[in-house]
Amino acid sequence: MIAGSISKITGPVVVAAGMTGAKMYDVVRVGAQGLMGEVIRLEADRATIQVYEDTSGLMVGDHVESTDAPLTVELGPGLLTSIYDGVQRPLPVIAEQSGDFIERGTVASALDRDKLWPFVAVATAGTDVIGGDAIGTVKEGQTIVHKIMVAPRKKGRLSWVAPSGEYNIDTVVAKFEDGTEMTMTQRWPVREGRPYTKKLDPTTPFTTGMRILDTFFPIALGGNAIIPGGFGTGKTVTQQSLAKWADVDIIVYIGCGERGNEMTEVLTEFPQLDDPRTGAPLMDRTVLVANTSNMPVAAREASIYVGATLAEYYRDMGYDVAMMADSTSRWGEALREVSGRLEEMPGEEGYPAYLATRLASFYERSGRVETLGADDRIGSVTMVGAVSPAGGDMSEPMTQNSLRVTGAFWALDTSLAHRRHFPAISWTKSYTLFLGQVRGWYETNVASDWVSYRDRAMFILQKETELQEIVQLVGPDALPESEKIILEVARMLREDFLQQFAFDDVDAYCPPLKAYWILKVILAFSDAAVAALNRGVSLRQVLELPIRDSIAGFKTTPHEEAIKSMQAFTSTLAEDIAGIEVL
Amino acid sequence: MTPTAEAAPRRSLLSTDYRTLEYVTGPLIFVHNAHGVAYNEMVSISMPDDSIRTGQVLEISGDIAVIQVFEGTRGIDTDKTTVRFLEEVAKVEVAPELLGRILNGTGKPIDGGAPVIPEKRLEITGSPINPYRRDQPADFIETGVSAIDGLNTLVRGQKLPIFSGSGLPANELAAQIIRQARVGSGEEFAIVFGAMGITHREAAYFMQQFEDTGALERVVFFLNLADDPTVERLLTPKVALTVAEYLAFEKGMQVLVVLSDMTNYCEALREVSTAREEVPGRRGYPGYMYTNLSMIYERAGRIKGNKGSVTQLPILTMPDDDITHPIPDLTGYITEGQIVLSRQLHRRGVYPPIDVLPCLSRLMNLGIGEGKTREDHRAVANQLYAAYAQGRDLRRLVAIVGEEALSDTDRRYLRFADDFEKTIIGQGEEGRSIEDTLTVSWELLAGLPMGELKRVRDFIPKYHPNAPAAAKGGDL
Repeated sequence: MIAGSISKITGPVVVAAGMTGAKMYDVVRVGAQGLMGEVIRLEADRATIQVYEDTSGLMVGDHVESTDAPLTVELGPGLLTSIYDGVQRPLPVIAEQSGDFIERGTVASALDRDKLWPFVAVATAGTDVIGGDAIGTVKEGQTIVHKIMVAPRKKGRLSWVAPSGEYNIDTVVAKFEDGTEMTMTQRWPVREGRPYTKKLDPTTPFTTGMRILDTFFPIALGGNAIIPGGFGTGKTVTQQSLAKWADVDIIVYIGCGERGNEMTEVLTEFPQLDDPRTGAPLMDRTVLVANTSNMPVAAREASIYVGATLAEYYRDMGYDVAMMADSTSRWGEALREVSGRLEEMPGEEGYPAYLATRLASFYERSGRVETLGADDRIGSVTMVGAVSPAGGDMSEPMTQNSLRVTGAFWALDTSLAHRRHFPAISWTKSYTLFLGQVRGWYETNVASDWVSYRDRAMFILQKETELQEIVQLVGPDALPESEKIILEVARMLREDFLQQFAFDDVDAYCPPLKAYWILKVILAFSDAAVAALNRGVSLRQVLELPIRDSIAGFKTTPHEEAIKSMQAFTSTLAEDIAGIEVL
Repeated sequence: MTPTAEAAPRRSLLSTDYRTLEYVTGPLIFVHNAHGVAYNEMVSISMPDDSIRTGQVLEISGDIAVIQVFEGTRGIDTDKTTVRFLEEVAKVEVAPELLGRILNGTGKPIDGGAPVIPEKRLEITGSPINPYRRDQPADFIETGVSAIDGLNTLVRGQKLPIFSGSGLPANELAAQIIRQARVGSGEEFAIVFGAMGITHREAAYFMQQFEDTGALERVVFFLNLADDPTVERLLTPKVALTVAEYLAFEKGMQVLVVLSDMTNYCEALREVSTAREEVPGRRGYPGYMYTNLSMIYERAGRIKGNKGSVTQLPILTMPDDDITHPIPDLTGYITEGQIVLSRQLHRRGVYPPIDVLPCLSRLMNLGIGEGKTREDHRAVANQLYAAYAQGRDLRRLVAIVGEEALSDTDRRYLRFADDFEKTIIGQGEEGRSIEDTLTVSWELLAGLPMGELKRVRDFIPKYHPNAPAAAKGGDL
C-alpha cells in the first residue's frame, strides 16, 4: 500500500511526501477523515494532491493513503433520477447522513444497493460475447430499457446467465468460462472516454423546440455547441429549456459551479413536467450532477468528466443523450485555481496553458457512434456547454478555445436581454457548422423548401441591422417605403418568431414544422405587402389591416391548430392585401 | 459546522508559545519550526507590548506556517512577539440577544452594552447547503422601492446585489430598504447588517437612521470601519452570515442580510493574495475570488422543512462605474440578478437612481403573481420594461433628428420614458406599497395608446384607468 504524510497545505491543494509508487490521477484519502483527493503532480516521492473537500483542520504530518486507482464512477441501473455531487456521491444520501448542510468525509454509494430491479436475461450460456454486448435488460423508470452490458474490454464465453427475476445491482447475473463474474454494475475512470467501434457522421438534427436554434442554428445529434453570454442573458434558462424539450432519450445535466437555487429549480420542476415524447416525468430521463459554486473547487473540476462518463454509458446502450454543462467557465476557473496553487506558469488571463487541450479532449467525447457490441447499436452524445465570459467579453480564453473545438456558437447578447428579448440569442453573431449535415433531414421531414425560407428570413434580419444604422443617422422617415417594409417584417420576425416565452405552456416548445409555418406566414405577408407597395398602396394602409396581430398570436396557439390555421391564413392574407385599394 | 481540529487526535494539553517568527510582510507573518498546526487554524499573537491580536493559518509548508493577522502587523517584531495556535477554526458567539446590538467586524460588541451570553459558538466558514435540501425561494420581501418591488422583485432566499458607483446614494438606498422592508404579517423579521470598510460618516448615518426610525431593535449591526484593519474585513461577511443562518434556520426568522461594501472585501482579499505572492488573475485579484465570493453569496436560501430564510442584499461599488470590472462581474455570475444604480439618473436628481434596464431579478417569477402580489404584476412589469426601453431608444434618435421627426406615438413613448423616471423610479424617500406601485404604473401606462399595450392586454378591462366602462368588472 502506498502511504505518506502531508508536508504542505495551501487551500484545496496539499503535498504529501513518501508517496513513491503513486500514479498520476490516482485517488487518495487524506487525513483522519479520509478526505477524497486526486494526485495531480509527482515529484520524486512527493505527490501534489487536489482535495475534493474543504481542507480546514488538516495538519502537516497527517496520513495520506493511495487507493491505487483513478477516479471512477459506478455505472448501473438507478443512475436516472439521481442527483450527485461532483464525485458521484448522491446528495439525498449525504443529506441523510449529515443534515441540511454538506459535511466532509461523507462516503456514500452512488447507486441504491438494496433496490430490486426486474432483470430480463437476453443472452444464454454458451454464447461468445464481447464488450458492449447486453447480457440482460432492466427497466429503469417507465420508458428507459437499461442494458446490462459486458464491460468494454472484456470478452469470453458465458458459462451461466441468471434467469429473469428481481435482483439487486450486486447480484451476479452472468459467469464466464474463465471464471470471472459480472454484476449489474461496472466502474469506469472518468477522465477516459468510453470506447466505441466507430464514429459516424451526425445527420439527424438535435431538435430543441427553440425556433431560433432549430431554424437558424441547428446542430446534429452527436454535435456540440457552446452558449456564451454575460450574466443575466439567460444561459441557464436556455440550458434548462434544452434539458426539458430536447428530442433525446437521456439528459445529463451538470450544474458546475453555479447557483444552489438553480439546482433546486431543476429538482422542483422536472418531476412535475412530462416528457413531451413519452408522457413520463422528465426526471425519469434525467441525471443531475450538482456541484454548486460554494462546494469544493476540485470536485467542480471533476464534475464535468463524471457527467461525460454517465452520458457515454447511456450512449453505449444505443440512446441519444444530451449533456448540458452549466457552466464550463466555472470548470475552467477551477482548473485555473488549482494551477495557481501549483504555481504553474500562467497562460492567457491566468488560465493554464493546457486549457485548450483539456477543452478539446472534453468536447471530443461528444459524437454519434456505432457502439461496442455485436448488434451495431447507434448512440450519440450531444454536448451543450454554457460559457460565462468575464465581463461579457467573448475574446476571453474560455470562449475562444471552446469555439475552436465546438460546432456551433449560440451567442447570448446582453443588449437583447436588456430589452427582454428572450431567448437572447444573437442572430448576427451566432453560427452553426452543422447546417449542411442536417439540411437533408429538414427537407425530408419538414418541407422541401425549408432552406429557402430560412435563408430569406436570415437575409431580412441581416438587412435590418444595416438599415438600423442608417435610421440611427437620419431617422426612419428618410427611408423609402420599400425599406420601411423590410424593417417592419424584420420586427415581426423578431417579435413573432425569434422571441419565445420559456414560461408559456404552449410557446415553451415549438416543433420545427410550426416554426417553418410561422416563417412562411411572415414571409407571405412580406411578399404581399411588397406587391401592394409596388401597386402604389401606402405602407400605412397595409399596416392598418389586423393581419399582424393574428400572426403574433400563432406562437401561443396549440401546435396542430396553429399549423392548420396558418395554412389557411397564408392565402387569405394575400387576398386581403391584394384587395387594398390604391388611394 | 465542519468538523475541525477537535475531530483530529488532540495534541499536547500544554499549548506552545512560538517565538520563531521569522518574516513579516504586509498582513502576513511566517512562523518557523511550527508543529501540529492545522490549516485555517486560529492563532493568538502576543505583541511586545502585551496586547493580543488574532490571526489565521493560511498555508503550511513543512514546519513553516503562514499566518494572516486580522488587526494588521504594525508593531509586530521578530524577537519578542509570540504566537500561540488555538487548535480551532474561527468561530463566533451567537444568541438571539444579538438583535439590536452593534458589534465589530469580528463579532465583539462595541456599543458599550452588556456582554452577550452566547447560546452557541459557531464556525464562521459555514458549510454549503445541500442543493437537495434547498427549498425554492418564494414569497416576496417588500422593500417599498417601486423599481425593486415592481420591476425586480426581491424574493426570500434570494441574493440580489446593488451595483453602485462612487458617490451614488447606495447607502441611502440600503438604509431606506432596511427601514421599509417587511414580510408577511405574523412573521419574525430580522436584518443583519455587515458593514465593511465604511467611513465614520457613513456609519454615523446608518446609526442615526436606525435610531430615528426604531429599526435598530431588529438589526444586528457588524461594523468594520475604513480605518479598522483591512484583513478583519475578510471575517465580517462570514461572521454576519453565520449569525444570519443561526437566526434563520435555528430561530425560524426571515433574515435580510445587507453587506456593504463588497468592493472593500475584495480589496482586502487582493491585499492578502498579493502579500502571499500568488499568481494574480484579472486586475490583480486572486484566481480564487469567484469561489471565495460564492462562499459568501451562496449562503442565502431556504431549507426544506424550515420556516426561516436568509436573503442577501450585498452592495458593491463598481470602480469607475465599470460593470465588467471583476468585482461586479463575478458577483453578477453568482447572484440571482442585480440592481444597478446610474450616475446619469443621479445627476438628473432622480432618487433612487436605479437604471432598470440592466437590472434583473432572476427569481422574480417565484415571488409574484396572484396570491403573492397581484395577478397583473408580471404583465405590468413586462409592459413597463418594453415601453421604457423603446422610449430610451427614441431619446437617442431625437438627439440626432429632433423631436419633430417623430410620429405621435413615438412622442408619447418619449414622454412615457421621462414620466417613468420621474414617478416610478424617482419616488424619493417615501415608501410605496406594491399595490401603490402597480396603481402608479397603470396611470403611467394610460398615457400610451391602448393598442400599444400588448403585454397587459388581458388586464386592461380590470385595471386600466380609462378602460371602457362596460368592460370593467367583467370576468377575466
